[in-house]
Amino acid sequence: MALFTYETKKDTRSGFGAGMEYLSQHNPKVVALCADLIGSLKLEGFIKNSPERFFQTGIAEANMIGISAGLTLGGFIPYATTFANFGTGRVYDQIRQSVAYSGKNVKICCSHAGLTLGEDGATHQILEDIGLMKMLPGMVVINPCDYNQTKAATIAIADYEGPVYLRFGRPVVPVFTPEDQKFEIGKALHLVEGKDVTILATGHLVWEAIQAAEALLEKGINAEVINIHTIKPLDVQAILASVKKTGCVVTAEEHQYNGGLGDSVAQFLAMNHPTPMEFVGVNDSFGESGKPAELMEKYGLNANAIVEKAIKVMARK
Amino acid sequence: MQTQEIKKISSQVRRDILRMVHACQSGHPGGSLGCTDLLVDLYFNTMNLKTDAAGKVVFDMDGTNEDLFFLSNGHISPLIYSVLARRGYFTTSELASFRKINTRLQGHPTPHEHLEGIRIASGSLGQGLSVAIGAAQAKKLNGDKSTVYCLMGDGEQNEGQVWEAAMYAPHHKVDNVIAFIDENGQQIDGPTEKVMSNRDLQAKYEAFGWNVMRMDGNNAEDIQNTLIKAKAALGNGSPIMIIMKTEMGAGVDFMMYSHKWHGVAPNDQQLQDALAQLEETLGDY
Repeated sequence: MALFTYETKKDTRSGFGAGMEYLSQHNPKVVALCADLIGSLKLEGFIKNSPERFFQTGIAEANMIGISAGLTLGGFIPYATTFANFGTGRVYDQIRQSVAYSGKNVKICCSHAGLTLGEDGATHQILEDIGLMKMLPGMVVINPCDYNQTKAATIAIADYEGPVYLRFGRPVVPVFTPEDQKFEIGKALHLVEGKDVTILATGHLVWEAIQAAEALLEKGINAEVINIHTIKPLDVQAILASVKKTGCVVTAEEHQYNGGLGDSVAQFLAMNHPTPMEFVGVNDSFGESGKPAELMEKYGLNANAIVEKAIKVMARK
Repeated sequence: MQTQEIKKISSQVRRDILRMVHACQSGHPGGSLGCTDLLVDLYFNTMNLKTDAAGKVVFDMDGTNEDLFFLSNGHISPLIYSVLARRGYFTTSELASFRKINTRLQGHPTPHEHLEGIRIASGSLGQGLSVAIGAAQAKKLNGDKSTVYCLMGDGEQNEGQVWEAAMYAPHHKVDNVIAFIDENGQQIDGPTEKVMSNRDLQAKYEAFGWNVMRMDGNNAEDIQNTLIKAKAALGNGSPIMIIMKTEMGAGVDFMMYSHKWHGVAPNDQQLQDALAQLEETLGDY
């Protein structure tokens, strides 16, 4: 039985592009910067509507972060965009000092996060970015699950005052959340109600979690699926209420165990409600070249992996 | 303002720097003393700053319709703190808290503790020029005709991000920026020529598309004259870089001509010897 259906598949980065196009027409304070990846970030619509509010930085990400911090003075809301590897790890100190510690209203918006960028391989497949960004005091970290949610998140963060890391990706994935949804930072979304096991998923793994819940249902297991689109601040009330009901939890993300969503959930539960827990993610390794689906299979980041971990964690209750 | 007045303020600022660094036995007196004459001129003479009806400076983060200054080499924090306090952004008594627990006057400047006059954190080198250029672009978008100033060190030119910013500003015709390099020829491990030679900074910046000028950063008259010339050159499509020759430790004879006082605090006797060379013109804090 299908718990969710979809009509089309689209890439989350196109959702970002659509959100930027909307902002070009509706928020005159939003400015965009890009480090020589306009096409990959889908910024054509924004640039066409608001060329005076777009700044090409060339392949110079450190400078892009600094320029963005400066642009906030005078009331602008800079969206600094590139691939996730270059927009976080490469410029960690620039983000730390000029944005986070300085409290600047910069939105760091990055595509091609995780394994699903595929053939380019490990140099570009950052799996540590959520951890890097969430460790910075005051930084909001968002990883939406599909086109519609990415568009909504892109628009919503303009109304939030403070630094944000928005992470999205390259491949086309099912579009299953509502069009024109309202995005609320830090508010987890219950997708499937269940009583046997909680599955907390973020980004591309949310659709996989739904597929896993369908497979588990066929085995007579009622999984609860929650979309944790915001890793920081974490919706701990929603998580606590769910695990109190189910007594066990699986987290699923396209990221390292270390530093990811699972790590945040484990820290919260260890201090507040110790609960058997399993992780779906990359366990301390780099990625490699391959097709996205092949990589997700090899590294255990799909519905099958979530099903296995769900059965395993239920046995530990 | 007459350079005579500027020199009096500079003497007091140098006293403040030495007393602050001595009080916490840490900090960077050498570069702070070397750049004193520039910052005093900027804040008391050259920059157009927002003031209330009574003429007192007022601070807001956006700094719209006023000139902005960004200190990229944040380790010369005693200098910026003294100048901001003497200009009236906060009380001079707060200078006594420099680098002490619960202070707003952190080891390196930050807006994190809401210190009036500081708009960006600096200390990790090489980032301030980018921020200044971004702020200058914001001014252009807002139709704000003010100028953005930025000071860097010469050792700081080792950082790659400086050259990313150097490439960006002329490309985007950010011609409302006046940046400075404090060419004191010293960095922590020794003379810049030995640690990592900058070679010909003027030729480099000119090749990147900057309008480059030179001045004696410890000569109040030359500073005023050069800044008048620089301001007249704004708005012509190119950012301006002023390479200023300074002496680290300027104003205190035994601190000059060496990199020894880059990050070392004077002891009690050294403080007395240094203060004896600097007139107390405005009253110690």
